[in-house]
Amino acid sequence: MKKSSLEVNIAGINLKNPVMTASGTFGSGREYGEFVDLNKLGAVVVKGVSPTPWKGNPTPRVAETHGGMLNSVGLQNPGVDAFIKNDIPFLRQYDTKIIVNVVGKTIEEYCQVAERLATEDIDMLELNISCPNVKEGGVAFGTDRNKVEEVTKAVKKYAKQPLIVKLSPNVTDIAEMAKAAVEGGADALSLINTLTGMAIDIHRKRPVLANVIGGLSGPAIKPIALRMVYQVAQAVDVPIIGMGGIMTGEDAIEFMLAGATGIAVGTGNFINPMATVEIIEYMEKYLTDHNIEDINEIINGLII
Amino acid sequence: MRNVIIEKNHKIAPDIYEMILLSKELSHEGFPGKFVNLYLNDGAHLLPRPISICEVDRENHRTRLIYAVVGKGTKILSSKKEGEKLKVMGPLGNGFKIDEKIDRNLVIGGGIGTPPLLELVKQLKGDTKVYLGFRENPILVEDFEKLGAEVHIATEDGSQGHKGNVIELLEKHDVNADSIYSCGPKPMLRAVAKWSREKNIPAQLSLEERMACGIGACLVCTCKINTEDEKWEYKRVCKDGPVFLRDEVIWE
Repeated sequence: MKKSSLEVNIAGINLKNPVMTASGTFGSGREYGEFVDLNKLGAVVVKGVSPTPWKGNPTPRVAETHGGMLNSVGLQNPGVDAFIKNDIPFLRQYDTKIIVNVVGKTIEEYCQVAERLATEDIDMLELNISCPNVKEGGVAFGTDRNKVEEVTKAVKKYAKQPLIVKLSPNVTDIAEMAKAAVEGGADALSLINTLTGMAIDIHRKRPVLANVIGGLSGPAIKPIALRMVYQVAQAVDVPIIGMGGIMTGEDAIEFMLAGATGIAVGTGNFINPMATVEIIEYMEKYLTDHNIEDINEIINGLII
Repeated sequence: MRNVIIEKNHKIAPDIYEMILLSKELSHEGFPGKFVNLYLNDGAHLLPRPISICEVDRENHRTRLIYAVVGKGTKILSSKKEGEKLKVMGPLGNGFKIDEKIDRNLVIGGGIGTPPLLELVKQLKGDTKVYLGFRENPILVEDFEKLGAEVHIATEDGSQGHKGNVIELLEKHDVNADSIYSCGPKPMLRAVAKWSREKNIPAQLSLEERMACGIGACLVCTCKINTEDEKWEYKRVCKDGPVFLRDEVIWE
């Protein structure tokens, strides 16, 4: 049997395999590049980029919880100009796709970033309307059906690359939000961002995070993420990038069976810096073991 | 990532453990002030634990770590058996910069911030004075003395040395020096920054912050650092530090 194909297509962009990095956990690849061959990845999804530099939230910004972690970084980033100058040339040295996570405090700010990136050599945009750690923008857009559609529609006008919309799990009906993004013109969806949560230091009687509330990620949220990917896959026809607690190849295959075309590793990188490449290796083995020639055959392959 | 053997892992004081790791690479790359990420391989406590390097024995491929059991993760670490393998990343971060032309070094340590100063003292040239402060139960005093350094102790409970804090002791002895190296809890570092500025002695401070990735990607362990244009930015303790120059650090 010839080697199985791991190639997938998301909104017209061919990825050599479905494995990417989740925004905010991998910077722009420079740091993890010392441990992982970036050429092996389907795509690098970079840390959120805003029109101007953002400082982020005070520390502590992290709290470990059972099977997961809370963060409240607050989208610290050097702004779109510094990103274009420093990070795009770096990433372009590698044979991988570049997906830029776009953040803003207002619809206009999201549009500014998309417009600024329109002529840049990147492959896709990921609209981040789901970060729970900023007061304005972020999740404020991602939890209201009408706002999801409105911001997607607005950014779509400026976007020259395919537009992925990253959904928040902090909603009652994720399928409804997915439909709203698609109606706004989303070419693909990514889900889930972190779930809001908190942790308390009982001896000091204070929250562990300086920001009080943060975003929960890691294996603790995987069943929720998987359920949401499944529900969204039933509701819309655009490709889905699934994420939320993916640590191993087995986790990744679950997400693809539930309907994801691509998958992203976030917190998993912290726990095992080699997680992405190990997942790719496992995918090859899974396909061989199951006598499947093309990974696309398993997408949405769940039997109920 | 390295899979290394734990040669030793035992208690040396209440809640304080010593761990010796066997790895040629680790011992050869371990410089004063750098740290390693230890992976617990535990399904509930996932994040690596950043632990500073206390000392390296390059000839025998040993890396010595001294850590405090402060939570569930370090509790798990303390239960690791000798002979077991442990996943380790590192050494990570930027350590102390040693200026060999300096004649009079002053090393100031506090509590569990003391261990990384041992390898530093080993490598410093010139005359070295070591001032260590502890709440109670001083650690590593003999190790510092064996290196020929002049060691002074302060304990908050007065059980050893000066009763009180290490800054009081420095003032009492009217200590002077050409360069200061310090690691310890934030209130102590802040006091060292103030004292050294008044004495007009340059200082390098090793900071601590809760970390996740340990390599500079996730931006959770940031600290406020002065920039040239009188503004500030959040820099990464794990990647840009943990050692910073005193005048870079902005105290909250």
